[in-house]
Amino acid sequence: MAHPPTVPPPPDRRDFLAQAAAVVIGGALALVAPAAGLFVLFDPLRRKAEGGGAVWVASLAALPESGEPRQFPVLATHVDAWNRTPNVRVGAVFLQRLADGGVRAFNASCPHAGCFVGFRADKNCYLCPCHNSTFELDGQVKDRTSPAPRGLDDLPVEIRPGGEIWVRFQNFRPGEKERVPV
Amino acid sequence: MKPALDWLDHRTGWKKLLHEALFENVPGGARWRYVWGSTLTFCFAIQVVTGLFLWLAYSASAQTAWESVYYIQHEMWGGWFLRGLHHYTAQAMTVLLVLHLMQVVIDGAYKAPREVNFWTGVLLLLLVLALSLTGYLLPWDQKGFWASRVATSIVAITPLVGPALQKLIVGGNDYGHFTLTRFLALHAGFIPGAIIAFIVAHIWLFRRHGLTPKEPRKSSDAPFWPGQVLCDAVACLAVLAAVLFFVVRYHGAELDAPADPSEPFGAARPEWYFLFLFQLLKYFPGGTEFWGAMFIPGLLLAVLCAMPFIGKWKLGHRFNVGFLWAMLAGVALLTWLAVNEDRHNPDYLAAVAAAERDAERVVVLAQSPDGIPQTGAVTLLRNDAFTQGPRLFAANCASCHRFDGGDGLGGTPKGKIGASDLKGFASREWLAGLLDPAQVDGPHYFGGTKFKDDDMAQFVKPEVAGFSAEQKAQLQSVIVAISAEAGLKSQRAPDARDAAIIDQGRRLISTATVRCNDCHQFHVEDKNATAPDLTGYGSREWLVAFITDPAHPRFYGKDNDRMPAFGADKRLSPQEINLVADWLRGDWYEPGAKEGKTK
Repeated sequence: MAHPPTVPPPPDRRDFLAQAAAVVIGGALALVAPAAGLFVLFDPLRRKAEGGGAVWVASLAALPESGEPRQFPVLATHVDAWNRTPNVRVGAVFLQRLADGGVRAFNASCPHAGCFVGFRADKNCYLCPCHNSTFELDGQVKDRTSPAPRGLDDLPVEIRPGGEIWVRFQNFRPGEKERVPV
Repeated sequence: MKPALDWLDHRTGWKKLLHEALFENVPGGARWRYVWGSTLTFCFAIQVVTGLFLWLAYSASAQTAWESVYYIQHEMWGGWFLRGLHHYTAQAMTVLLVLHLMQVVIDGAYKAPREVNFWTGVLLLLLVLALSLTGYLLPWDQKGFWASRVATSIVAITPLVGPALQKLIVGGNDYGHFTLTRFLALHAGFIPGAIIAFIVAHIWLFRRHGLTPKEPRKSSDAPFWPGQVLCDAVACLAVLAAVLFFVVRYHGAELDAPADPSEPFGAARPEWYFLFLFQLLKYFPGGTEFWGAMFIPGLLLAVLCAMPFIGKWKLGHRFNVGFLWAMLAGVALLTWLAVNEDRHNPDYLAAVAAAERDAERVVVLAQSPDGIPQTGAVTLLRNDAFTQGPRLFAANCASCHRFDGGDGLGGTPKGKIGASDLKGFASREWLAGLLDPAQVDGPHYFGGTKFKDDDMAQFVKPEVAGFSAEQKAQLQSVIVAISAEAGLKSQRAPDARDAAIIDQGRRLISTATVRCNDCHQFHVEDKNATAPDLTGYGSREWLVAFITDPAHPRFYGKDNDRMPAFGADKRLSPQEINLVADWLRGDWYEPGAKEGKTK
């Protein structure tokens, strides 16, 4: 680049060009690093949850004949960023024997804010220990003052030969009226 | 807009601040030689921004550091670019620091009343070097791990407090989680915090004393804005362009295989701008490292800091400039010596090649459907036949055997070949060679063993040599059948295709022509067998059992020729024997192998 001449031209015009160039270059310089960073920041948005496949949860024999629900852990392959771990606990379900011989399964996460609900045998209902939502045995919201926006999330159940209970385990977004898979 | 800006100005005084910043007087007008400070500030800003974003994905522990950096580099959107930008801007900063120092010394900008500012600059130089030293370890790869171990070992030779200081830096007796948490806190917290504080002091003092103009002045004074700002911006653009060139050229920053304290790493070198210190250390025999690692660098630094006082003497400034040039020339010479020595060192070159192989391999394994286990990616390589097989072979087998004429690692073992070449062991080609009258007692097979003139050679040399075309065809079916016993991965397709030939070959094994069962056992128990069992020959189970104890009656029995019982004598662990066997059988994970094999 040429050095400034000894007799400067009208300052406003030369200054304007220099100013414009400085602003444009400066702006471009300031963009590169944050732009590169934002791509990495937003990377999780493109990652879809794996799962949804049926997994063995329990044997039919482990369910009380009385129809009282019982909680079981769900074991599946857990993907956590770079780690892939087969056969670890990824959640829990409640299983309940039905009168017609079938089995009902609920995800144990409360649809309100994601706490784990418990079954209260004395009141014959599910109760969330965080914000006191209550649910009927069929999963419907019991007390209308419950903060839960929807009933417990039921999961597809398959009973395979030998009384094996397989559940298609899935988590849903809490806090929404409609069920949206995570 | 204007009322809002005025409102803010009343309360903050930003307009005056901006005016002061922009309209600082530049004596003699804008010049290119004044850009270095700005380029450094720009680089530091890039490092802060890219570093913060990298931090979002980095996990500091011995089982997750490499893994998270791998994830950034190979899995995340533009992660390689972000990492590359951080890595190469760090290199650019070191170069710019030297240029800035040269400009300051040559222009005499260190002289009174700017002594304190000069010292803050020297301190900033050291802090930036500390940043790169701590950042080098964070990926927890072989290179960073071994190079940092050298650096922290040097800390330990500090008089009086050395060992305690080293333990404090490392966070314990050995490298581990705390080394990473500490290095991260230093790299991303303490040191950048100190740098920001000293940059503020540095710029404040610079503004207080004004710019030191280079005489003679080329034009009249001008404000900082816009002339000098434009020069600075163009210089920053050039720096960024150079950095981006390297980022794209090398697709981000290098990532070696995960740190493994049990895996020697001959390719360990510090970052290139520390090579002069690395080289200097070579000249100090055991027990005198202190002089090379601390005293000499400390002395040079002391002279550097004394420059403002030296400069007061008549010839002081000339001395300072000369000293700086001499120091830089010494650094350049030592760096060149280090690079040149490595370039002509076959051991180093082999170590670099092995490091590159491991680095590529671990990425393939990490991207396999099994992913990275929670024990960390280092276990992927430790349990990988492709990685460990050749190492175990070179260390345990290559004193007698060969693999494709070498030791499996690409080297050539010393001494004569004492046993067969095991490349392609049990494959059709390998067996065909064994049953070739021209090869059976050659160096690839029994040539180096006591079986050179034994039964097998006695059979192959005269008898097979005289086979008719039909007998040769029969022998070929037998070869195919025995080779199928191995169930080699590379022969899955031909083995499936040649089921009829394999069937025929099995029946022919005991015929009068081929008569393998004169000595060998094949699927039917034979107490009189004197040679190795051909049942499952070359299969994983067979090979593992053979390596475990070749003198077992199932194999060579009392006729065994020198081969140690690697398993029975506990020379190798069962795991190691499995790895050697898998490697010899060509059985290791390959991407896409699952889909492509059935065709």
